[in-house]
Amino acid sequence: MELCSEEAVRLVWEGAIPLQIHLHESEVTTLPPPPPVLILGPRIGYLPLLVTVIKPHFNDTLPPGVDSVWFDYKGLPLKWYIPTGVLFDLLCAEPERPWNLTVHFRGHPGEILTPCGGEDPVKWSFINSLKEAAYIINGNCKNVMNMSQTDQSVLWQSLAKGNMESYTHVSSRLKLGPYGEDAVMRMNTGRIPIRLYLRILGEDVDDLEDVTTVDSWDSISYINRPVEIHNEEDHHITFRSAMRSLLPEFFDDEASAFDHVLVPRGDYEIDDGIENTEATGTDFVSTKSQSPKKVNEIKLIRVQGIEVDLDIPFFWVVNNLKNPEHFLHICVFMVPALNPA
Amino acid sequence: MGDQSICDGSLSADDFYVAAKSLCELWQTANTTLPNWTWIPFKRIPTGISCNEGYLSLENVYHIKSSKELVSSQDPFQEEQPVDSATVVQVPSSVIHAYDFHIIYSFSYRNPVLYFHGHKYDGQPLDLDDIQKDLPEYSLKLIRESKWTFITFEEHPYLHQPWYMLHPCGTSDWMKLLQGNPSAANYLVSWLSVVGQAVGLRVPSSLTSSCFNDGSSSSIGQCVEIDPSL
Repeated sequence: MELCSEEAVRLVWEGAIPLQIHLHESEVTTLPPPPPVLILGPRIGYLPLLVTVIKPHFNDTLPPGVDSVWFDYKGLPLKWYIPTGVLFDLLCAEPERPWNLTVHFRGHPGEILTPCGGEDPVKWSFINSLKEAAYIINGNCKNVMNMSQTDQSVLWQSLAKGNMESYTHVSSRLKLGPYGEDAVMRMNTGRIPIRLYLRILGEDVDDLEDVTTVDSWDSISYINRPVEIHNEEDHHITFRSAMRSLLPEFFDDEASAFDHVLVPRGDYEIDDGIENTEATGTDFVSTKSQSPKKVNEIKLIRVQGIEVDLDIPFFWVVNNLKNPEHFLHICVFMVPALNPA
Repeated sequence: MGDQSICDGSLSADDFYVAAKSLCELWQTANTTLPNWTWIPFKRIPTGISCNEGYLSLENVYHIKSSKELVSSQDPFQEEQPVDSATVVQVPSSVIHAYDFHIIYSFSYRNPVLYFHGHKYDGQPLDLDDIQKDLPEYSLKLIRESKWTFITFEEHPYLHQPWYMLHPCGTSDWMKLLQGNPSAANYLVSWLSVVGQAVGLRVPSSLTSSCFNDGSSSSIGQCVEIDPSL
């Protein structure tokens, strides 16, 4: 399998979520209320970048005041610095199309969300992530810091406008990949930038259709930890091995003994969670009553909207499914083990 | 392995835990009016293998307008505080700001990162303008030059709330210069003696002198030439 696929990268860049955006009822001052706006939100984009398109639809009905735009999904304020596609993958266990979001122009919840006064904060957040990725990959941020103003601007503009060619042109000079090419592996630290979102479901959830909505960010753990690859054999690790190194908690004591194996093969608990979700769905109730689960169980791993096959090479996943700021965003749905007591 | 990483200015996650425990102990022995650092353990998953994950916390540090740095741990809002409160209480409560500081390990930068936030007497969070007025001139200069890439407003990795963060990009570089005596136990004291200055948080001198070979605190100031672009 080629470790780089232009086609896959293009699909990621072209990926978009159909959004249906409603104005929050407290901000509707006219009758009839304005209809919702239908818009495509690029997966790799950020919600605030849609505001210039959304605002004209609601401008006439807004109460007086100063804009401080934010979005919510079923009452959960959305973090604007998480790419739109990741928010969708994480918050919609069962994909909802169109995705119904609510926009607010007033009453920003400062205790939960950092304010976003337009495009600039999004750009700086993006550049800071890019710096962080560069630091992880190369051990310093020099390539990003030394970027010319023009390059920085082109990079940001091509992301904001979804122009993959011009993005790739500038981005390639940062020497942040792809992985698997000897030249790159030699100069870097063997670390790969990952942002992992761990959504903990209730103990009684068997089926993703039963998953309730997220009412607080507290039920999501955010794990910002690189995958480390230190020797040649590890260059061929599977996505499974990478996930194992990030989430060793998903193995009970017996299984964790296998963690010392460099490239583990065979099926452990992690497989049961992923591949047999449907099979276990119906008879789960009876098994649960017999013996409480001892192991944290993964229900689903999603990257760019895809349930990734755990046996494909990890480098393929990173090279082709990472976001433009060079982080691979992974959404994991898990059911915690029941306490033996 | 641990010493190896300290030599290049970075710190492993395990060493961070050692360093954190050490800072807590050292801080307690120091003669300071500031509160104690405490280790807040954190468990992401209800059950599972627990490692020493968590962060350091120093809360309720009061900043009083017109003073150059954070001086007192005495709660000026409470009447029964001994000694210092007599002088502190005369300050109008409207100019008292309370700050919380957390030191969190960054797996990306392999370094500690300082997060902080502040609130007013009435519980209102401090905004950028309020905080800027409390910061020492040294930090303001850095902020002006770096357009807030030096101090950014980010999500607290454990609390999921917006906190200010001192950007850790250059930490390894100056820690390399600073570490005369590489050991995990002293790492955070050395680190904090530099980073703390940016927010007016001063490390008791009895701690820093034991952590630097030459025992001179003036050399710390010279190491603070952090590249503002980092």
